[in-house]
Amino acid sequence: MTELPAGMTRERGLHLLREMLRIRQFEDRCAELYGAGHIRGFLHLYDGEEAIAVGVMQVLGSGDAVVSTYREHGHALARGIAMGPLMAELYGKRAGCSGGRGGSMHIFDAATRFCGGNAIVGGGLPLAVGLALAEKLKGSRNVAACFFGEGAAAEGEFHESMNLAALWKLPVLFLCENNLYAMGTALVRSESQTDIQAKALAYGVRAAAVDGMDVFAVESAVRSAVEHARAGRGPVLLELRTYRLRAHSMFDAQLYRDKAEVEEWRSRGPLTTLTTALKTAGLMTEDDFQHLLREADAEVQAAVEFAAAAEWEPVEELARHVVAEERAS
Amino acid sequence: MSEPVRITYREAVRQAIREALQADSRVFLMGEDVGKYGGCFAVSKGLLDEFGEERIRDTPLSESAFVGAGIGAALGGMQPIVEIMTVNFSMLALDQIVNTAATLCHMSGGQFPVPVVIRMATGAGRQLAAQHSHSLEAWYAHVPGLRVVEPATIDDARGMLRAALACPDPVIVFEPISLYNMQGELTAAASVVRLDGARVRRVGNDVTLVTYGASLWRCLAAAEALAGEGIDAEIVDLRSLRPLDDATILASVRKTRRAVIVDEGWRTGSLAAEVGMRIVEQAFYDLDAPIGRVCTEEVPIPYPKHLEDAALPGPERIVAAVRRLFAHDQ
Repeated sequence: MTELPAGMTRERGLHLLREMLRIRQFEDRCAELYGAGHIRGFLHLYDGEEAIAVGVMQVLGSGDAVVSTYREHGHALARGIAMGPLMAELYGKRAGCSGGRGGSMHIFDAATRFCGGNAIVGGGLPLAVGLALAEKLKGSRNVAACFFGEGAAAEGEFHESMNLAALWKLPVLFLCENNLYAMGTALVRSESQTDIQAKALAYGVRAAAVDGMDVFAVESAVRSAVEHARAGRGPVLLELRTYRLRAHSMFDAQLYRDKAEVEEWRSRGPLTTLTTALKTAGLMTEDDFQHLLREADAEVQAAVEFAAAAEWEPVEELARHVVAEERAS
Repeated sequence: MSEPVRITYREAVRQAIREALQADSRVFLMGEDVGKYGGCFAVSKGLLDEFGEERIRDTPLSESAFVGAGIGAALGGMQPIVEIMTVNFSMLALDQIVNTAATLCHMSGGQFPVPVVIRMATGAGRQLAAQHSHSLEAWYAHVPGLRVVEPATIDDARGMLRAALACPDPVIVFEPISLYNMQGELTAAASVVRLDGARVRRVGNDVTLVTYGASLWRCLAAAEALAGEGIDAEIVDLRSLRPLDDATILASVRKTRRAVIVDEGWRTGSLAAEVGMRIVEQAFYDLDAPIGRVCTEEVPIPYPKHLEDAALPGPERIVAAVRRLFAHDQ
């Protein structure tokens, strides 16, 4: 549940709710566009997990690197990737933030150091270790933040990366979004030890479990973790306990979980509880909320128009970007 | 510097690494036993003392993590050289190499090129049996987004590593295990070799032997034997396995009108198959005989010396394959 911290202001509350609403409205529209055939491939929605992306991105600085998963629209929007190029990427247009080559699962943006949605479960962790190693070798205070699901904890790359990051005391923020299901396999059906943060502790990685449905709890935990990493004291893992309210992807009949369980989590959804908390505290009116909603919808509409109007990349350019066109500086 | 120096292949690689570390503060070496131990094949011996633990990094036995970390460090502006003990062990890092290193530039629309260099030992000849001796270059050469090279000479062992470091793409550098102790002359030209492009190592008129890596030396031995029979072989050393240098291969084949491909990989789905098919596609009507192939026999590399030798594409098998091409004339 979301509890407002002491000294909470109207401005701050509306900002966080606005950021979460942008993600929710963007993705609700994505689901419609998928049905209409404008978005294809796999589409993984973040409904229910928005407090994590928004809480994390309040803390990260522009020099920090972000490694993400295939469920990354929320991370990308909260990181500051503009909605137009993001939607154009989902359409596969050249104006997309990855040039249209990646699609929903592979969002990249060099300007915000958003190093990709990685669609290999666990594949992003070693990458984040290396990004953090680069920062350490350069003597910067930047960190590498790495999102992954609890399913990744079953992969060898999770364990190898925990060990390496702890061994070399690297500034990595391991952000485990534990939504309880690896696609359709419940955590209890795949892990002998279901306490993910305990696995990290075993490697000497500082770790904690956090209520991932509460944006303030996420922000506070991330702030403390980032301070730890920036100070050169090594990696931190946060197990952000959350729930995916929609299907895994657009092909999922959700045979593996009860509707009652989904509804129970829906009542704890991060947007619902933040909205209620802000209204109860007298920091937001229904009119304020409707205004935020209209703002978000207008931004989404503009993004859809941008994506729809954008050009396809000519087939003659098919072989571009297989190798680099110029050396990175 | 113009005076040729006699060194081993191992020393040539070490020189290249040392020069890179001296020239560019972004360069560092990491891998299993590269530091305190001095490298599984002693390539990095002495570098830890010279450059310290930050730049010569011993890793845990976590191929996927440290190869992935090399890719991440490259994204972060560093210039890592990652050493994997052998190509067999690189299978544990295949996800990072194929799914990440080879794809990021493309998936990001060119925003995230990956200038990582990954070195690994390859091939047989030291009785290391079936989990340390294979030649799986073709698997990597199959993948768009990677560059794959295999220096066969002292000059290339030094020069191609330098060229690999200057390349913005992920480069896989294969070092044949059987060549580390080979001695040869390092010439001044070593400092300016290109990463791509094949080289004609022996000029001849009667048959083209297309090869790479340790098999270059098997071909040179075979060519000497063939010369005694009046057959003048030309030898093309591929050097770069991806991309392949069609122009050099085809120019030679069009001249000699006969080709035998010598490949330490297994024949099925091999680089030899790829080179042969390119010749067929582009120079079929220039051929006077069917294309021949000499590859490793289709067995996991056995331990006993006589069986290991029998499995490999040795000079006798190459000579026999060339003779068969000329038998068609009679």
